[in-house]
Amino acid sequence: MKSAPYAHPSPTTALKGALRAPYLFLLPAAILFALFFALPIGYALWLSLHKIEVKGLGLGSGAREEVWAGLSHYADTLTDSELLDGALRVLGYGLIVIPVMLGLALLFALMLDSERVRFTPVTRLAIFLPYAIPGVVAALLWGFLYLPDVSPFHFLLDKAGLPQPDLLDGGPLYIALSNIAVWGGTGFNMIVIYTSLKAIPVEVYEAAKLDGCSPLQIALKIKIPMVAPSLVLTFFFSIIATLQVFSEPTTLRPLTNSLSTTWSPLMKVYQDAFGKNDIHSAAATAVVIAFVTLALSFGFLRLANSRNQEEAR
Amino acid sequence: MSSLAVRKTAPAAGTTPGTAQGPPLRRRIALIPTATLVVGALYCLLPVAWVAVAATKSGTELFSTFTFLPGTGFADNVAELNAYRDGVYWTWMGNSALYAGLGALLSTAVSAISGYALAIYRFRGRETMFNVLMAGVLMPPVILAVPQYLLLAKADLTDSYASVLLPLILSPYGIYLARIYAAAAVPPDVVEAGRMDGAGELRIFTRIALPMMVPGLVTVFLFQFVAVWNNFMLPYIMLSDDEKFPITLGLYTLLEQGANTPALYTLVITGALLAVLPLIALFLVIQRFWSLDLLSGAVKS
Repeated sequence: MKSAPYAHPSPTTALKGALRAPYLFLLPAAILFALFFALPIGYALWLSLHKIEVKGLGLGSGAREEVWAGLSHYADTLTDSELLDGALRVLGYGLIVIPVMLGLALLFALMLDSERVRFTPVTRLAIFLPYAIPGVVAALLWGFLYLPDVSPFHFLLDKAGLPQPDLLDGGPLYIALSNIAVWGGTGFNMIVIYTSLKAIPVEVYEAAKLDGCSPLQIALKIKIPMVAPSLVLTFFFSIIATLQVFSEPTTLRPLTNSLSTTWSPLMKVYQDAFGKNDIHSAAATAVVIAFVTLALSFGFLRLANSRNQEEAR
Repeated sequence: MSSLAVRKTAPAAGTTPGTAQGPPLRRRIALIPTATLVVGALYCLLPVAWVAVAATKSGTELFSTFTFLPGTGFADNVAELNAYRDGVYWTWMGNSALYAGLGALLSTAVSAISGYALAIYRFRGRETMFNVLMAGVLMPPVILAVPQYLLLAKADLTDSYASVLLPLILSPYGIYLARIYAAAAVPPDVVEAGRMDGAGELRIFTRIALPMMVPGLVTVFLFQFVAVWNNFMLPYIMLSDDEKFPITLGLYTLLEQGANTPALYTLVITGALLAVLPLIALFLVIQRFWSLDLLSGAVKS
């Protein structure tokens, strides 16, 4: 290295490069974050606090002005019975989807992780497969499976002389919609839980096995508590996703009269913004939904953490 | 050498004494777990199997024959789909491939360089930056999509390819995964050695670190590809010209028109089948050399 033909950068310039580099490397992400996350959120907040005031006859360019509206849109949103109904519907839907989906995901993950189980590569891939299928297409496929004219369930019930429930109306509609979400989401959550199951060192089971624990006891007493963090995480993200339900009910709408354009709160935001062209109250509703979603999901996280700490004591 | 590997894959003999026990011949099958998984797999395959059979039926067969009995009209259905509005279906497929392919590529590039920066460098504001970016994952899409539309409308960018591509490039989950992979796959000594040799920081990243991160980045790419391919709300809000629709939105409009005309059902069903085949094929091919577990950030430490 005595007589290098090319000049090495002095240590100080190299150091400067290393100091500047992370900021430069993060610049694209920072710009995208500012443009497509921070700015829209700020704009939504701004919109939610303003309204259109029409001056004179409402003609010409200066006739419509955005003026301060205070919290009036929020007051309207919080007392809107249509939105409340939608929220209750989604709550009912979420109370079915989240326990069933995560229960199945945990069950399948434990089964994959048990000993002497067969066909796991195939079954694991099959259960994961719906992840690759868009929610719209999933809703469309199940929609046809629910449709009396083409449904195999109706065909079989008819042949057996049993009554055929209308899956696209009333109470069964919740089950029909929930089933689509459960079908689509179980596989991904199963993989997350299974990955953390595999991270448990085998020595942990060895002791329990020597003590004569059955596989069921090992699953309940060792495996489930040890994957609790990933269960909490999947719960957390499932709450966020479930409260945002939009594409599945929107896709099923053409097949049934029981789904209104404001069935879920998100559909109401869309309807307000683009159906009624009332972007200001749509923004307020969106902010409220985002707030409730975050409050619920973080509330759950706190609850889960305090439980853990109590158990640790 | 791939330093990214899944923990404890198959119970290789000798490494996991717990699972390798039992008589070597005639190993008993655990009946309940196997049966549960098979039932789960059948449930997950049911709609796919149904659509594969239904797409073979002609319009009349669809309503008259038992659901899982194959029909005779597959070729006609495909021909009809090809002819529908001068083959707009294939335009939708092409658009989806463009949105998902280009979107995932850009997203992976941004995730890779961000994740690398967050994993390798110690700098002021690193954790703050990471946490702020991660907060994006918690932002419900609804609070973003409507103002994104209005802002892009001001820039005269709505109803364009860019309006669907740009908002999806930044992926907090992709950055999170890329950070984990970079921390696991790129040893700090290698970066230091690159500096000793006088390579610039960008050159160290592109020439040394990036190749080491490839297995992880494949995962980020796939994750983002599926996320964009499956996205419905953003194009639904942004686009009005159906020549720019992705397949999800195209199929939705087809269903909307076809719901009251059972004659169009076969078109929708055949369209749905052809729309799911590429992603199923992708996953079948890819899982030979790529593990699903990587999706949840599993790396060997």
